[in-house]
Amino acid sequence: MQNTKEVKTEFEPKILAFCCNWCAYAGADLAGVSRFQMPTDVRVIRVMCSGRVPPELIIRALANGLDGVMVLGCHPGECHYSEGNYLTRRRAHVLKRLLDYIGIEPERFQLRWVSAAEGAKFSAVVKETTDKIKALGPNRWVDKK
Amino acid sequence: MAAPRIGVFICHCGTNIGGIVDVPQVVEYAKGLPYVAHAEANMYTCSEEGISSIKHGIKEYDLNRVVVASCTPRTHQPLFRNACADAGLNPYLFEFVNIREHCSWIHMQNRREATEKAKELVKMGVAKARWLDAQEEFESEVYPAAMVIGGGVAGMSAALNLANQGFEVHLVEKEPELGGRLLKLNRLFTINKEPGELVGNIVKAMEGHSNIKLHMPAVVKAASGYIGNFDISVDEGGKEVSFKVGVIIVATGAQVLKPELYRYGELANVLTQLDLEQRLKDGELGEFQNVVMINCVGARIPERPYCSRVCCMTAIKNAALMKEINPEARVYVLYRDLMTYGVEFEEYYREAKEAGVRFIRYTPSNPPQVMGKEKVESVKVYDELMDMELELPCDLLVLATPLIANEDNEELSKMLKVPIGDGGFFLEAHIKLRPVEFAMDGIYVAGTCRWPADIRESIAQGYAAASEAMIPLRQGKVKVEAITAVVDPKICKGCGACVLVCPFDAIELKKSEIRGLEGKIVSEVNTALCKGCGLCAAACPNGAVQQRGFTDTQLLSMVNALSGKR
Repeated sequence: MQNTKEVKTEFEPKILAFCCNWCAYAGADLAGVSRFQMPTDVRVIRVMCSGRVPPELIIRALANGLDGVMVLGCHPGECHYSEGNYLTRRRAHVLKRLLDYIGIEPERFQLRWVSAAEGAKFSAVVKETTDKIKALGPNRWVDKK
Repeated sequence: MAAPRIGVFICHCGTNIGGIVDVPQVVEYAKGLPYVAHAEANMYTCSEEGISSIKHGIKEYDLNRVVVASCTPRTHQPLFRNACADAGLNPYLFEFVNIREHCSWIHMQNRREATEKAKELVKMGVAKARWLDAQEEFESEVYPAAMVIGGGVAGMSAALNLANQGFEVHLVEKEPELGGRLLKLNRLFTINKEPGELVGNIVKAMEGHSNIKLHMPAVVKAASGYIGNFDISVDEGGKEVSFKVGVIIVATGAQVLKPELYRYGELANVLTQLDLEQRLKDGELGEFQNVVMINCVGARIPERPYCSRVCCMTAIKNAALMKEINPEARVYVLYRDLMTYGVEFEEYYREAKEAGVRFIRYTPSNPPQVMGKEKVESVKVYDELMDMELELPCDLLVLATPLIANEDNEELSKMLKVPIGDGGFFLEAHIKLRPVEFAMDGIYVAGTCRWPADIRESIAQGYAAASEAMIPLRQGKVKVEAITAVVDPKICKGCGACVLVCPFDAIELKKSEIRGLEGKIVSEVNTALCKGCGLCAAACPNGAVQQRGFTDTQLLSMVNALSGKR
């Protein structure tokens, strides 16, 4: 057990985070301004709304071999565009099942809500997701094909 | 179009970035990326010197794309876009990479990893930049009129402010008279005057104003359009009235909770503070000897966690008034915490104590108990500070209940496409930085429909909302960032998925009039209505709808760059 743990800590996953401009991206900015230190494995792509992220793109990222994909949006009811994140939430449920069906661990995809005021939450989400993906290990889906 | 020639400018930001990320190494790395014609480091890219090196670089290296890797687009994008525009490059051929907030500042202990991450972020930015297109910003006219919904003190203040500056104002009030909640009050706190005079003056100014058109009693039935160009329809006493405005101010106020606590509605001598004011106003209160007031009734509890802010002062006001009417009366205020912020409020509280009002602190885990069968005879309370139970004789029990959101907020929220937040109150664009605007352009908010506020705050918010609303009215034109949706009618199959998801009704299915596609049912975007969320682009099953600046190709190129695919 000790051994496997050591092997796993050497694995540095590559995780992509789509952040909506109004809440999550601003939350990530706040985390930076607050100097919250966090794992280096997450790369952010800014979109205007979490609802802009098509499921195909998430599948593409995972099929390309990225170890995890996060979509971070405004809390339900707080969407800058009124209802974009509801759409994101509905898609996420279906996407998780689809990922499972095609043989990608659904946990590699994470949908979370981070407001512009939640720098600490952004940093917690990054840490949590990194730990989760590290525990899952590298994304071997490409090799399996 | 000419082959992409990308210039990459990487900022040290003093030591903010340069102290952690190995900037020269990132510059070298950037030089090797596809289509990069030039890469350089700047001490501060946002400084005069940095900006001129961007402008110089565009000319010197014939750049047709610019990438700046520095801080956050949320603060600095306009600056760098302007630099591009100054050098003759379309500002939409600029891409921002955040290596400060999202890298150096959050990985201060790990320089090597931070540098590797910065390289990848730059690689992703460059990959997107290759696919950027020039865009033209849409400009639309602003119709020089405003609608204010709500004729309370906040709405009237906003309306008068706009009207006095020469703009036409339509004020829509659902009651048959102006004045709102103020009309129901007996006295105003700290000045102890009847509100009649204050309201009367404002109402008079409203009614006689040539720029103000009053719609009363009336409710908004439909609103469509966008900043500068709203079409409004109101139901005015059963008659439909339509008009056009450029901006909207929401000032619909709030209502007072009628509680189901402390046997309110069951025993005749249990009143709310508002009931008490009504009776005082009508001269129908009658004799009283022992008055108990309870604060925070139905407020600061799990289902209604907020503090209503005005009730402490209301209780203090009415408690002191009871002593004034009958100096022999015993008046108790049972409170959880007292909100008497600022100078006058604290002074007002002190005066009430000096007048003989007794304040007793209770806790929600041990709330006061109402004793009596036909009517309240006494109130038992556990005094938190004395650590003992008291039984107070009582012939009049007055409950301070919070302001709660109007029930019709939800309908209005859907109609205007503005959000409501906790407790059903309207939600401003930013809690600190944009307190009187909605995220929806051209719509503003003031007064207690946003959050409980007193008269002074409501008036200040009315003025603030009016002055924000004045900006587009005065300018006469608004520019919209060109990140709107665009449909390729050749690819579009007319399924309407985009129409369904659009929160702004900005997409319609129409018969195409384009040559070669005549009669084909395709989606068409009304750019003026589009807010650039990109929901339609994500919903389109065959990529016919794209969002400018966030196209499928651009996003995919970033994903591919990160995962090492071309």
